[in-house]
Amino acid sequence: MFKQNTLHYLSVAGFAWLVPLIKLASWENPREQAQEIVRLIGLPVIAILVFLAIWSTAASRIDTSLGTFPGPTAVVSAAQGLYQEHVVEREKAVAFYERQNKRNEEKLARNPDAEIKIRDYTGKPTYFDQIITSLITVFTGFLIASIIAVPIGITCGLSPLLNTAITPIIQILKPVSPLAWLPLVTMVVSAVYVSDDPLLSKSFINSAITVTLCCMWPTLINTAVGVANIDKDLINVGRVIQLGWFTRVTKIAIPAALPMIFTGLRISLGIGWMVLIAAEMLAQNPGLGKFVWDEFQNGSSESLARIMVAVITIGFVGFILDSFMHTLHKIIAHDEA
Amino acid sequence: MSTYLDISQISIEFPTKTGPFKALDKVDLKIARGEFISLIGHSGCGKSTVLNIVAGLYEATEGAVILESKEVNAPGPDRAVVFQHHSLFPWLTVFENVEIAVKQVFKGKKSKAEMRQWVDYNLALVHMSHASHKLPAEISGGMKQRVGIARALAMEPKVLLMDEPFGALDALTRAHLQDALMEIQSELNNTVILITHDVDEAVLLSDRIVMMTNGPAAKVGEILNIDLPRPRDRLALADNPDYNHYRAAVLTFLHQKQAKKPASPPQLSSAEPLTEVKKAVGA
Repeated sequence: MFKQNTLHYLSVAGFAWLVPLIKLASWENPREQAQEIVRLIGLPVIAILVFLAIWSTAASRIDTSLGTFPGPTAVVSAAQGLYQEHVVEREKAVAFYERQNKRNEEKLARNPDAEIKIRDYTGKPTYFDQIITSLITVFTGFLIASIIAVPIGITCGLSPLLNTAITPIIQILKPVSPLAWLPLVTMVVSAVYVSDDPLLSKSFINSAITVTLCCMWPTLINTAVGVANIDKDLINVGRVIQLGWFTRVTKIAIPAALPMIFTGLRISLGIGWMVLIAAEMLAQNPGLGKFVWDEFQNGSSESLARIMVAVITIGFVGFILDSFMHTLHKIIAHDEA
Repeated sequence: MSTYLDISQISIEFPTKTGPFKALDKVDLKIARGEFISLIGHSGCGKSTVLNIVAGLYEATEGAVILESKEVNAPGPDRAVVFQHHSLFPWLTVFENVEIAVKQVFKGKKSKAEMRQWVDYNLALVHMSHASHKLPAEISGGMKQRVGIARALAMEPKVLLMDEPFGALDALTRAHLQDALMEIQSELNNTVILITHDVDEAVLLSDRIVMMTNGPAAKVGEILNIDLPRPRDRLALADNPDYNHYRAAVLTFLHQKQAKKPASPPQLSSAEPLTEVKKAVGA
């Protein structure tokens, strides 16, 4: 029973390829498991190896002004380099805080009433800091988008008239590129968001709002479609038992549309992540987009390899975000997604 | 016979692109308390429309539905509906599906514990207590329909409306549910309107069978009193001459008096342009 549950949760979480390994470990039908392992793990591994081989040969033939295009090995060493920089930077930070504490303690020892200052370490952000910044930014933008899009989507789904009215607006705004929004967002934010001691940097707000503007549409459209297409019988049940308008929305419309809403949210987060990199490049928000831009401007012999590391990271994070949304969907919504 | 539910001369027209479509024409039916009525007719004759008007889900263009001397024109739990496709909320358990109705109908009349008891009682009535924590996706079609019936019964309706409740089930499951329904009926003696296209089902369950003419503008064709003693047993009835006589009467009505015209070639009125005809015959 325990094993069954574990296997079920693994499948739900998108780790279906682990299932035959666990079954094999408990020696359950080993022949079949071996075949499953070849299919679920072997084939993708072969495909990846072929891809690496093609990449490696192709890369060695491309000469750029910054040297040969990085192959897999150059990218691995660039990744190690980035990790080393991260470690060194963290050590520096620790050392800085130790020095500061020591200084403050000495000051207090001499004069207990002395005013001590605690300053934050202001070293440059490491690669991992940049990943975290990007994640925070994308989730901020995504959250704002969801808060706006879900209620509007529900309203549109409930009212065919409103839906007809605003569909053209949605269809026109939906395909607009983040690069077109960003200058407008930047100007509006600098005009409206005036503060001497800003809690959030403008570049962060610019990036997050650009993400919001680009990623709210799939959620809005899917929510509206989901709510509009609820089984008529379910609505009639609500009418027969005389549920009030609000209860009908919360107890019938929203749960019934939940699978569609989640599909929309999943697409939105994917688009948000894609848009974010472009937004960060232009807005100079200290995330992965800025990292790519800085490396490009930097133009050292290492730059291309480091950008490739960023490319792979962006892909991986996007994949993890998608799996995360997929898992959430399976757990919360009632359909078999 | 005193009239409990009076379906009084109801007609309904639906607006279509080619003008109003009259589905029902002065359907008139008086039902006594505790009576079990079946509405039978060919598909598309508007029998479900009658039920939907009684339920208040549609509004009649003419005529009225009068229940206990009061006109009804909006949906309400006093006319609970069992839908053809169970229509349980897929995200709620069996228990919660009944509970949502009970909570709404008995708000302020029953305590929380009483409500839970009442839900359990109704699930027991349809023999579904064992699955009360399951989701609709985890139970069979017949079980879902049982829960749908429990939900409707739990509203303590004055009239129970059933829209081909067993139509989507296999023959064996259908027989089980018909027996279960007769058992419940002998206990609660509800007033029931059952929509069906199954002649055996109609004869087995009903006190009266109302046969409807083909649409458009369908009306009540004939009404057949079923004078078979209750409790009824489907095996014993199979050789019962009265039973077979009733069956034959309904079959005669459906297949001779109201025989459907052959479906092909496509029926076209002369008003339709020739291109339409070509399209219809695939030329």
